[in-house]
Amino acid sequence: MTDTDIGLWGVPLAILGGAIRVSTPFLFVSLGECLTERSGRINLGLEGTLVFGAMAGYAIAYETGSAWAGVLAAAIAGSVFGLVHGFMCSLPRVNDIAIGIALMLLGMGLAFFFGKPYIQPVAPDLPAIEFGLWSDLPQVQAALRVNVLFLIGAALAVFLWWVFRATRVGLIVRVVGDSTDAARAMGLRPNQVRIASTAVGGALAGVAGSYLSLYYPGSWNEGISSGQGLMAVALVIFARWNPINCFLAAMLFGGAGALGPALQSVGVTSGYYLFYAAPYVLTLGMLIATSSTTRALTGAPGELSITK
Amino acid sequence: MADQTVSGGGAGLVSVPAASGATARWARRAEALALPLGALVVGLLAFGLFLLALGKSPVQFYELVYKAGFGTWFSWQNTLSRAAPLLFAALCVALPARLGLMIIGGEGAIVLGGVAAGGIGAAVAGWPGAIAMPVMAVFAMLAGGAWIGAVGALRQKRGVNETISSLLMAYIAIAVMNHLVEGPLRDPASLNKPSTAPLPEALRIGEMPGMDVHYGFLIGVICCVISWVLIEKTTWGFAARLVGGNVRAAQIQGLPVGWLLIGFTALGGAFAGLAGMIEVSAVQGSANGSLAAGYGYAGILVAFLARHNGIAIIPVAILIGGMEASSGLIQRRMDLPDATVLVLEGFVFVAILLSETLYGRFKAFSPERWRTA
Repeated sequence: MTDTDIGLWGVPLAILGGAIRVSTPFLFVSLGECLTERSGRINLGLEGTLVFGAMAGYAIAYETGSAWAGVLAAAIAGSVFGLVHGFMCSLPRVNDIAIGIALMLLGMGLAFFFGKPYIQPVAPDLPAIEFGLWSDLPQVQAALRVNVLFLIGAALAVFLWWVFRATRVGLIVRVVGDSTDAARAMGLRPNQVRIASTAVGGALAGVAGSYLSLYYPGSWNEGISSGQGLMAVALVIFARWNPINCFLAAMLFGGAGALGPALQSVGVTSGYYLFYAAPYVLTLGMLIATSSTTRALTGAPGELSITK
Repeated sequence: MADQTVSGGGAGLVSVPAASGATARWARRAEALALPLGALVVGLLAFGLFLLALGKSPVQFYELVYKAGFGTWFSWQNTLSRAAPLLFAALCVALPARLGLMIIGGEGAIVLGGVAAGGIGAAVAGWPGAIAMPVMAVFAMLAGGAWIGAVGALRQKRGVNETISSLLMAYIAIAVMNHLVEGPLRDPASLNKPSTAPLPEALRIGEMPGMDVHYGFLIGVICCVISWVLIEKTTWGFAARLVGGNVRAAQIQGLPVGWLLIGFTALGGAFAGLAGMIEVSAVQGSANGSLAAGYGYAGILVAFLARHNGIAIIPVAILIGGMEASSGLIQRRMDLPDATVLVLEGFVFVAILLSETLYGRFKAFSPERWRTA
């Protein structure tokens, strides 16, 4: 512990701070995947997109000296991955889940391939806002140091919720996701809507990756992602395809992810690795609790292959 | 998925009298061989263009892959050793895939099988190898089989998506492995790299006579053949393929769909667990973090390239094993990073999946269209 000892209170505080820090990538990936799945496709390749985004963001931030240029580059790279996924899945008989697995492996391979020279250098960090300056306790200050991307993500969740609920674009995505035939009858082009939705979803996953490499943990290496891209897919199911729920679920997952480091900081070291498994166990538990063989999931887009 | 398209094409042939059954069957087999091979070539060519764009020579690259993977007897031995875990990992993907399940978390069964074998091996270190090694193998297969069988059971009982749950369980398995290897099962003498107690020489799988390749490769080939016979030549396999083609129809036929799903996923997981035992007993000498080496993920590619066919897995695993064997030479000679092989595998994987769209498109493979045109 640091100079002021606040005892076991440090655990919930560290979990709160950790939840805010750790949840941001979950939030962006799950919002992107939420949009993609609402259009009737599932992109399992977001894990690869996330890792590539982390590399691209870090590399560009290092080369240009601007962290925000890195975020933009990660978003562009992510949207390219999304476009590729979207186009490939538009071919008849090509399976979106299998393509996702392939792009996950390809994205990670490409990230490691191009990222090799950037493992050593130090790129600029993204800025954070200090919400905890009212307190004298360094633990409180650390917990309330909130990154700008987290705030953008929270705003984005509300925005996306509004888009689905009240706008023409949101309605188009929902119709395409619920019934290809109905969308065709309305004169929409389902494949184009899905390609666009997957591209935007990929861009958000790229931003999530850039958060990993530019803020927390804040450096680029080959083990940067621990499955956030994949867990976010399960998180969207748990959140019932609702962006606001995605935000809450991301916070929950972030808290679970912060459990291990938080306990370690107060000296609990036994079962250290098991606490690191907490987010995966939580995700799996959520999936088991919310899945069912007998009834369709409430809120599930009708055309989604994963829930059929 | 792959099988549905094939059987779908077959169903179309039945109603057309123009071509005899035998011709249609051979045309279909030719298509099932030609399209993946074509896709493999396209994937390799696309990767060649990728290298060209980076200013590297694709000709030199493939020459090095050939030389380091298949050029000499020495490189063949290296290739076969690397192919051994891929055989098992691919079976863990291919067997459930024949029932329509896409399981990508074989890595978890491999590491748990390895830890089970390492832990049991340390406990029975005094036993003769002929008894202790089968015991290790059985426990490894039980661990892997239970892990992936649970994925199948969750799918069957609760409708949990098996792709996501299997990958989540792979992460959990790696955490469990780290916990066991650094905690309860740790050999106090292993300082830098936490491991279970080293296995005595009697419990190590040796090399096949006359070559520098351990018996794990032979066991893997046997498992592939057994899987092929099971799927293609037995009633169980027929029932499994029926489930993969149409679950509803299989249920109406009164097939025990649940038991088939759980049984075949558990069998796939048991093979992956055996891979972990072989990795511990033949290569590492104890269970440690090196078990999570990504074999499970390379196995996904092998299974898809082989179109989930047990016999086809053998040459494909050797091909991918050869590519991975060439990684070191490519890094040294061409100044490319070690992830180069991963990128190559990704290109080939995407090409294979895209080729799915071409089934039934070529007139040469569709005898029923020969007369009508």
